[in-house]
Amino acid sequence: MTVDPINLAAFLGMALVTYFTRIAGLALVGRLNLSARAQAAFDAIPPAVLIAVIAPSALATGWPETVAALVCGLAATRLPLLGVVAVGVATVVVLRMVA
Amino acid sequence: MSWKDEARAGLNDIWPAALAAVPIGLLFGALAAGKGLSPFEVFLMSVLVFAGGAQFAAVELWASPAPIAALVFSTALINARHILMSASIAPKLKGFSTAQTFGGLYYMADENWALAEKRARTHPVTPAYWFAMVVPFVLGWLTTSTTGAIIGAALGDPKRYGADFAFTALFIALTAAFWKGRVTAWTVAAAGVASALAYKLAGPPWHVLAGALCGLAAAWIAAGDLAEKPVESPAE
Repeated sequence: MTVDPINLAAFLGMALVTYFTRIAGLALVGRLNLSARAQAAFDAIPPAVLIAVIAPSALATGWPETVAALVCGLAATRLPLLGVVAVGVATVVVLRMVA
Repeated sequence: MSWKDEARAGLNDIWPAALAAVPIGLLFGALAAGKGLSPFEVFLMSVLVFAGGAQFAAVELWASPAPIAALVFSTALINARHILMSASIAPKLKGFSTAQTFGGLYYMADENWALAEKRARTHPVTPAYWFAMVVPFVLGWLTTSTTGAIIGAALGDPKRYGADFAFTALFIALTAAFWKGRVTAWTVAAAGVASALAYKLAGPPWHVLAGALCGLAAAWIAAGDLAEKPVESPAE
């Protein structure tokens, strides 16, 4: 049951900012009036962050990862979440054997 | 409706989402174990943070020692959408004490937020409904993520099974769930290129900042022709 103190500090920091986002809306009730552009930029936050996190793994690791990422993009248009993960992992395993 | 009926409605609404989250929780725990986190640490992160997308991103960024600033920054960015979500749901919570509001919102996530929004169209969202929905969902995430860490530690290096790529695949799939057409396409292209370049030139964690900012800038520019249209309801 040991916990690394630095890990604990990271968990607490993550928890704090997350809780802030979950209660910040209470202060905004009735005052939120975003322009369409600001709304579009706000809506773009989750995909921008998700892609920013994985881009090195997808684009700067090797061709098997890049090809598998493209396959995932195609799979994501028709399969549920776990289906995409299964296809992506299977693709990368096969391509790494070839590479 | 009595509080029992309210609680029953909450349970009825949440169970399919809780079931769908079971394999995701197991996968999260296994990947976290692959980065060296103990099952108890996984449990702690899940109980304290409780945010699937941000937790997956955190484990992808994880290193030893933990890069705290990068982890907190990435978490803040990914969860920024909660500000709009809580602003939207807060006025629809009926009969909540202050403690229930601040306690209840601690575990607001995409799934239970969306279900509560749906409920609010036809019924007031009562504390009994909210907590009956939220508590099993949280317990499910804690159980599955911790179990995944225990199993994952037994399986060993996730690279052997290509499981290290599961993140990348999962995030691509999640991105598709946020898809809103052309603006998202520009966002993804800009974020991907900027992040990969920053990773090569400056190294982690700068790729997250560079990619996120370029993605937002691309969305802002691509949405220019939307500027004259009226604002739609705050989404996701």
